[in-house]
Amino acid sequence: MSKMPVIIFGAFLTFLFSWMGLVAYPYFQLGRFTPFVAEDTGDISPPPLSGMAVMGQRVYASSGCIYCHSQQVRQVGYGSDLERGWGARPTVARDYMRQNPAFLGTMRTGPDLSNIGARQPSIDWHHQHLYQPAVVSPGSIMPSFRYLYRLQKIEGQRSANAIDLLPPDAPPDGYEVVPTYEAEALVAYLISLNRNYPLPEAPEPPQ
Amino acid sequence: MSATTVHSSTTTPAMDKAERARIDESTRVPVLLFFGSAVFWLLAGSLFALLASFKLNAPHLLDQWGWLTFGRVRPAHLNAVAYGWASSAGIGVALWLMARLCRSPLRHSKLLICAAIFWNIGVLVGIGGILSGDSRSIEWLEFPNYASLMLFVAFGLIAVWAVIMFRFRQPGHVYVSQWYLLAAFLWFPWLYSTANILLNFEPIQGGAQGAVNWWYGHNALGLWFTPIGLAAAYYFIPKVLGRPIHSYYLSILGFWSLALFYSWNGMHHLIGGPFPAWMISASVVASMMMFIPVITTAINHHMTVRGNFGALKWSPTLRFIVFGAMCYTLASLQGILMAIPSLNKITHFTHYTVGHAHLGLYAFFTMIMFGSMYYITPRVVGWEWPSARLIRWHFWLVAIGIGVMVVALTLGGLLQGIALLDPGITFMATLDYTKPWLLLRSGSGILLTVGHIIFAISFTLLLLKVGKRRAGPTLFGTDEVRQPESIIP
Repeated sequence: MSKMPVIIFGAFLTFLFSWMGLVAYPYFQLGRFTPFVAEDTGDISPPPLSGMAVMGQRVYASSGCIYCHSQQVRQVGYGSDLERGWGARPTVARDYMRQNPAFLGTMRTGPDLSNIGARQPSIDWHHQHLYQPAVVSPGSIMPSFRYLYRLQKIEGQRSANAIDLLPPDAPPDGYEVVPTYEAEALVAYLISLNRNYPLPEAPEPPQ
Repeated sequence: MSATTVHSSTTTPAMDKAERARIDESTRVPVLLFFGSAVFWLLAGSLFALLASFKLNAPHLLDQWGWLTFGRVRPAHLNAVAYGWASSAGIGVALWLMARLCRSPLRHSKLLICAAIFWNIGVLVGIGGILSGDSRSIEWLEFPNYASLMLFVAFGLIAVWAVIMFRFRQPGHVYVSQWYLLAAFLWFPWLYSTANILLNFEPIQGGAQGAVNWWYGHNALGLWFTPIGLAAAYYFIPKVLGRPIHSYYLSILGFWSLALFYSWNGMHHLIGGPFPAWMISASVVASMMMFIPVITTAINHHMTVRGNFGALKWSPTLRFIVFGAMCYTLASLQGILMAIPSLNKITHFTHYTVGHAHLGLYAFFTMIMFGSMYYITPRVVGWEWPSARLIRWHFWLVAIGIGVMVVALTLGGLLQGIALLDPGITFMATLDYTKPWLLLRSGSGILLTVGHIIFAISFTLLLLKVGKRRAGPTLFGTDEVRQPESIIP
């Protein structure tokens, strides 16, 4: 081969081919979902995220949760995702229409979080777990996210949002640990992760 | 027809040698800028890697600081080595190869100097952005927009330069290395801009993001690093041995089959995921088809070296590059296996994939970059490497280091994957299977880092022209063996 146009044109065409298939196609077919509205109840699926949850999504991204946690429940025949109770059904493309970014993930050093809000609906549990993961889940190698919390002196009454911590992280007498706005947002996002709404294209598999 | 016909019959060996020296000298400033920054980012990336790895062994380590949390240090590592080290080294090698293969002194070096400055500021600001919490956690595209824009500008300058350079080439055959380089210079800006626009600047809906993300993630390896690595292997193996590439036709087949199939591989990162079955299937099939370019290239390289493996004893360049070329075959065959759904079921979401990534980007690409830099740097500086012993230490530390790392992550990942498949094993127990292997991985990381420090020392001593002037290239063993006269310009 001695002609530049042949090389450039060939390289252009082969790449254009995959660009059409893996970029243009998903852009039009998977990037323009509208939510499903149930005729009887008027429920919208997937439901919109609250403002706090949208903020929390950013904290999830900036903290790099995705490097250990996936958010996809695979179909039957691809691993034990359903048996592990990570979801009542496999996730489908429309489940991610309100997620930006869609944290599909590639690693499971920690469990899948597609439905963590259904498994652990307690705000207190999440705060404790983020602050002292190995105490709440023995054996966990998740790092503490205590930099998202503030240790402060109790002025008069203990703050309503102060979190209960177990030793060795419990604050000294007269002090309390309160979540920052970022921690509150992150927990709001985690609790919003609940794909137990109906989508016609994603029936629950028979038990 | 063999690739040897590039040699113009009207010149004498002495003229060729003088011409090559003139071309090498013309590449000095841009090539050294890219190599120097590559070495810096290699060290920075190694430190991030060690810290991330230690944090998995001891989660409490430095957990009081958000900017050093695992979820930020790990992408800082990836971006430092992918864009800081591997891309900079790759660009440096590509520039030098372009000038040599166009048989023309490097023109418009100001474009490249600007590009190097933009690239480095981009990487620096990008890593700062990740550590300070501006990452959107899109794998391989973690740099915030203000940083990726700078990389794109840098890349635009380089691509423009490549086109200009190619216009001024000496007429005649275009060597196989140049096909790969030209294609990579076309593919990467396209790839990088498309993915950044659709995922970071004007994000598309979440349901489509995964496809674009892995179209990018896989092609960054397959259509950016791989072509540069193969271009270098195709140049240096025949160059050092003084014999032509085994088969011109295999080179053509290898190139076009890579171009056609590699770009479709991305969706095999999402097997079982929320995508239409045909997209996943297309990628699985394309991954199987990768057998063609991989085996073609492996045969071509092997047949070129065959009968001359003794040269690995004395040539640092060849030792690193043959190691890298063999690992290209290994990593690619492993990648093909991992795309088979029944095997992917085990390896998906485990450290096995991390091992595979290191086999590709380190054992293949990085080793080839080391080998190329051992050849190029003395020629552009006009000073030989200070010590064969340092090179030998570098080689064995990183060769053993990466071997241990890949084995540890592969075994740990397999155990983790088999355990994850069995719902009777609690999740926490699946983690226990990985812990000893992650500790071993940290150990291997220390070996690699020490190797990198030795390389950086060696590189600095060469730049400073420390020691006595050597009569010939710094080779392993004795100085008696001469490098054969070369064939490719």
